[in-house]
Amino acid sequence: MFDWRGRAAVVAVGLVLVMAAGCGSSSSKSTATTTKTTSNVNGALNVFAAASLTEAFTDEKATLAREKPDLHITYNFAGSQALVQSIQQGAPADVFASAGQSNMQTLVDAGLVEKPVTFARNTLEIAVAPGNPKHITGLADLERAGVILVLEDPSVPAGKYALQAFASAKLPAPHAKSLELDVKSTLAKLTLGEADAVVVYVSDVKAAGTKVQGVPIPAAQNLFASYPIAVVKASTHKAAAQAFVDEIATGTGQEALRARGFLPAG
Amino acid sequence: MTLDARIDVSVGGFRLDVALEVASGETVAVLGPNGAGKTTLLRALAGLLPIDSGRIAVDGEVVDDPATGTFVPPERRAIGVVFQDYLLFPHLDVLDNVAFGVRENGVTRRAAREHAAAVLSTVGLSDKARSRPRELSGGQAQRVALARAVAIEPRILLLDEPLAALDVQTRAEVRQTLREVFASTKGARVLVTHDAVDALTLADRLCILHDGQVAQLGTPDDVVAHPRTAYVAELVGTNLYRGIANGDVVRVGDSTLVAIATAEEHRGSVLAIVPPHAVVLHRERPEGSARNVFAGTVAGLDRFGGRVRVRIAGPLPVIAEVTPAAVAALDLMEGSEVWAAIKATEVTVFPA
Amino acid sequence: MAIAGATIATLFFAVPLLGLLWRAPWSSAWEQLTNHETLVALRLSLETSLAATALAVVFGVPLAWVQARVAYPGRRLVRALTTLPMVLPPVVGGIALFLAFGRLGLVGQYLDKVGVHLPFHVPGAIAAELFVSMPFLVLVVEAAFRSADQRLEDAARTLGASRFSVFRRVALPSIRPALVAGAVLCWARALGEFGATITFAGNLQGKTQTLPLFVYVTLERGELAAAIVPSLLLLVISVAVLVSLRDRWLSAL
Repeated sequence: MFDWRGRAAVVAVGLVLVMAAGCGSSSSKSTATTTKTTSNVNGALNVFAAASLTEAFTDEKATLAREKPDLHITYNFAGSQALVQSIQQGAPADVFASAGQSNMQTLVDAGLVEKPVTFARNTLEIAVAPGNPKHITGLADLERAGVILVLEDPSVPAGKYALQAFASAKLPAPHAKSLELDVKSTLAKLTLGEADAVVVYVSDVKAAGTKVQGVPIPAAQNLFASYPIAVVKASTHKAAAQAFVDEIATGTGQEALRARGFLPAG
Repeated sequence: MTLDARIDVSVGGFRLDVALEVASGETVAVLGPNGAGKTTLLRALAGLLPIDSGRIAVDGEVVDDPATGTFVPPERRAIGVVFQDYLLFPHLDVLDNVAFGVRENGVTRRAAREHAAAVLSTVGLSDKARSRPRELSGGQAQRVALARAVAIEPRILLLDEPLAALDVQTRAEVRQTLREVFASTKGARVLVTHDAVDALTLADRLCILHDGQVAQLGTPDDVVAHPRTAYVAELVGTNLYRGIANGDVVRVGDSTLVAIATAEEHRGSVLAIVPPHAVVLHRERPEGSARNVFAGTVAGLDRFGGRVRVRIAGPLPVIAEVTPAAVAALDLMEGSEVWAAIKATEVTVFPA
Repeated sequence: MAIAGATIATLFFAVPLLGLLWRAPWSSAWEQLTNHETLVALRLSLETSLAATALAVVFGVPLAWVQARVAYPGRRLVRALTTLPMVLPPVVGGIALFLAFGRLGLVGQYLDKVGVHLPFHVPGAIAAELFVSMPFLVLVVEAAFRSADQRLEDAARTLGASRFSVFRRVALPSIRPALVAGAVLCWARALGEFGATITFAGNLQGKTQTLPLFVYVTLERGELAAAIVPSLLLLVISVAVLVSLRDRWLSAL
């Protein structure tokens, strides 16, 4: 007699499915790109790299496509700690490039990667809207009333470093309005106009071009994040993986990194 | 408490075009088969369906007139409607169903319930006040629906096939309830039905609808005796007698009709109905089991479709419906002397 | 064939749940569940999801009624619009909310002037949850209004009830079971909301870090065990919702 009950039940089941799909689609922050080449050399590489390396590594791929056409590179960019988790769970990675030593160390301790080599350093910078409307000159200004500050969660290296920078500057722990889970989301809050200031890597400020403006943090307060890279032990293409690592550590990769604002490893 | 309506409205390719006046205290039965436009008429009167052109006035107040842009919504028309399938509110008990409209008219809950209880008792359902609609039988539900509509003391009471969903026995009971309620209320009443008996026993006038138009309008006696079209004849052309019942005998003027069809005994004023096709004509006084035999003279022969209606004048006027072949075999013509025989089981008696 | 397919499908749903149970740190589950961070996130989740559900009822029920009962040009468009968040990736919803209610957004720039801030504040988390969950309520309630006998409402009007009164005294009571079911579904969806919240409202403990965000952040920190316990809590709530809906609906069929 209440035929809507039947109909509503059907609707509900459908909704639960949609709901599940919706939840899943939002949590992935990784991006992947694939190269198409016709070479049959066993050089199909899965490179897991920190999100902050996105631009530099993408540039490098274009270079390698010319110089080493046998390497077919597929990138997986995400937060370093998320990548560590994936590799621990057996994701098919051939190379891992991490932001920060601690994430790499986790895999070294677990015996999952070969000996890592540091290939670049990065440092923090304050990013503000073009023209610096809030007149931010340093970390101390970030806690001023009326300045909306967004940082990374301390679980992200950039977030941890930012806290350390405030401590080095003898400032109290900052009151951020939100703690984002990666630098790209943090920067997005600034470019969307929701945040007045964020603290991200200098390479991210450079990558964002004219949409943001950088305010340097004095070296005495700043930290240097190092980027180690290593071949994953479970890789089935170790020779190709090593070739890629070499390019990044000492070859054409260095130019790409420098062009994107990264500092030399040493 | 009068209704004056000229209605022209089209719904999905069907057009209803009727004029209807109902006086205070009068019951007009709108009779017709399904699809004749009865429900459309009712919805237009109630304000649930705005008319395309025409004019509806209640007590002189215009409630719908497209020409002047007048449209009074149903909730401000004070027109009560009894729906065919009751449409009681399932989440309210019987008392609150009846009190619903009273409450809506700004009466306190308590006063509304008192009034509802009083109305409920007039339809004999005081003991069901706290029941839910789903616990009621069809007849009970229809009486609650009637009480609910009457409780707001409507200027006009519209009834949509109030007896159609009920079995024969319950039908008789609810018909009696309707008769009592009609007698005690003042407003004009429009009773929509496809059943001729309901119309003949409850209405002061009949309005026969056919394809969205009024086929005939008049008193039951008039329409029954003088159907203007084959369609009306088919629908209500019947022998209708007003008389006094005593046991299974009904006295109609100087004549006596014997009726043993009905289960219950009738006393006092009654209506007796004899369908014309149940009347058998003879040129000689018939022998046999028929208890009712009346002599008369053929007053007229009306041909409707494949049938012939033979009007017989005499102490008890009778209409018989026979085939053209029978007319020829009996050599019937105006002025012929005939005997009409009616089986007692074909006479149906209703309280009047 | 059919049975094999059905078995695979069932396992596909069952095995991940087993995975959660298998890795759950049962011995420390209570401590994990009652530690300060979890409780803050749980409390915020309950508050925001209940607030979102209340708002969904207040605004969604009239919307459902209008959609079911009032024929107006553009009704299909409105239906598409109001159910869109169900198929839209929540993260897209979050961006859209930003562009509408963010500080520089279409509407947000004016809200900002009168001191109303949604992103990075509790109301932002509520707005994100409302955006993705209200369609569930509207859809269920609208279906109920649609199949409820409209002639009951006609009957009420002939008895003198205004449109509002018809809505309140007849339409609403007659769809009460659907309203409860819709609200529960809506609440469950709001409670599980992640994408739009983290995008639009941000992630801050006690302000916008709801339980799903807390689970994600905890996992990102590599604290798998700490993430499993609140996950199980969300699982238990989901199961409870399904069971309660089944009792409410299927028993009446």
